[in-house]
Amino acid sequence: MEQVLQFFFEYKEAIFIIALSIFLGIEVISNVPAVLHTPLMSGANAISGVIIIGGIILVGHADLSRFSVDLVLGILALIFGTLNVVGGFAVTDRMLEMFKKKKK
Amino acid sequence: MDKVLGTFNGMPYTVGESILELSYLIAALLFVYGLKLLSHPETARRGNLWAAGGMGLAMITTLLLHKANGEGISLTNIWIILAAIGVGAAIGWMVARKVKMTAMPQLVSIYNATGGGASMLVALLEYPAAAAGDVGSILVTVLGLIIGAIAFSGSLIAFGKLDGRVGDIMKPFMTYLNLVLLVATIALGIFIIVSPNPPTEMLWAIYALTAISLVYGVMFVMPIGGADMPVVISLLNSFTGIAAAMAGFIYGNQAMILGGIFVGAAGMILTILMCKAMNRSLINVIIGAFGGGGAAAADREQGNIKEISLSDAAVLMSYSRKIVVIPGYGLAVAQAQHIAHELDNLLEGKGVEVKYAIHPVAGRMPGHMNVLLAEADVPYEKLVEMDDINPDMPNVDVAIVVGANDVVNPAAYDDPSSPIYGMPIINAHEAKNIIIMKRGMGKGYAGIENELFFNDKTRMLFGDAKNSITKLVNEIKNM
Repeated sequence: MEQVLQFFFEYKEAIFIIALSIFLGIEVISNVPAVLHTPLMSGANAISGVIIIGGIILVGHADLSRFSVDLVLGILALIFGTLNVVGGFAVTDRMLEMFKKKKK
Repeated sequence: MDKVLGTFNGMPYTVGESILELSYLIAALLFVYGLKLLSHPETARRGNLWAAGGMGLAMITTLLLHKANGEGISLTNIWIILAAIGVGAAIGWMVARKVKMTAMPQLVSIYNATGGGASMLVALLEYPAAAAGDVGSILVTVLGLIIGAIAFSGSLIAFGKLDGRVGDIMKPFMTYLNLVLLVATIALGIFIIVSPNPPTEMLWAIYALTAISLVYGVMFVMPIGGADMPVVISLLNSFTGIAAAMAGFIYGNQAMILGGIFVGAAGMILTILMCKAMNRSLINVIIGAFGGGGAAAADREQGNIKEISLSDAAVLMSYSRKIVVIPGYGLAVAQAQHIAHELDNLLEGKGVEVKYAIHPVAGRMPGHMNVLLAEADVPYEKLVEMDDINPDMPNVDVAIVVGANDVVNPAAYDDPSSPIYGMPIINAHEAKNIIIMKRGMGKGYAGIENELFFNDKTRMLFGDAKNSITKLVNEIKNM
């Protein structure tokens, strides 16, 4: 029990963010009409590409003076992340554009 | 920018670092605001742009202002970063613009795989640094690695299945194998977290964990049938978000944490929504209880299949008042959405009221049918959700089932031995006439017989959906 409390106290900020973000995610998404399920999913997918920030930091602080597998993997992570972000937002926009056209 | 503003927890911080954190806050708020707007049809497109703006902001400020923790070293290798982003952006953009709308589920899976893969790689590469820290940082690294790897390989398999490159492989022993793999993954993860060895001696374990998680991702999606794809895709989507959040903890980056968890929670809700639409629990989908259970149903008295000729179908449709089209995955496979819309225009011109009844899990991803029909310019108002159309079904003159099967199977109501018993369906069997367009007498993805085919009111129109509808359109035009 003490260990659990200790863990909670030391990481309380992170736990607060997690708890509130979960609640927020549920609130924002509930009652979304079925017509938007696909764009919503692909938009959310693009947001999860926020890992790209990690990729930028990773490659940005990597040692370039010598070739390493790590650097290659880091660059790969960065490319993957960008694909997720750019592709995700672009395809969501294309889908929504299609929906919009019909409203006239 | 490098001016020291003060100290926090004993560390000096600069103007630049404050601005960076502030930009992360704004980015996180834009993610939430964007997704909020995305959940309403009128504002959806703007919402997507807001979220993209938040992402752009976070990327730019990170590039300009990020410093290595406490050492004040700016990012180097800027040109490499920009080149990598350039390559990813160019490919991502081109594919997103060019891909056919029918290939949308595949594309969502691929992008999800790249996101998960990026999280996996970041966790893998940051492990040596993270392992030097406390238990918390090892925990998040290990979690990010496992979840990212599963999302990566799982999404690739999902892509393969949607694209028809990978078949459904379901063997009874796989359930146990998956259980063993899952336990092994968790055990290895815990071992890495609690092990007192220095990180350099734990590298083998991290590599092993990566490998086993990747294998688990493959094995976990492999047995899942096509009809369950909407659930799996949104579940994997949720995983990618969680993996990104774990990486956010590694860097203490609030935008990543909030964005990731937020997306993870949203994906989880969508997953649960899909499960509800099939009246199944998530566990049930993952373990894969479909198939096999339909033996009892297959033994029942089946009656005869009655076919309908094209000209009879054309006459029947032309002289109806109310027609409901029930599309399924077959519509997507046959790419019949445009011609279906032509048919409904033609019929509307004859004074027939045509609606489309959309089952929440029709197709291979959440909202699949809506995207397809929107591409074919079918107006919003014609797409009716299951719960809204069902009370009206007895007044419908003709229900046209195009490439759908399980979502109209009445066994969901009256056959407790059926695997889909209890699943909400579109009540096609209540319509006055039913026309079923089908390629052959194959079973649906659930692998069970559909007694709707043997119903007295049912007429079958065999053939490729696009082909059949094209002929129907010509037939009606010539009448």
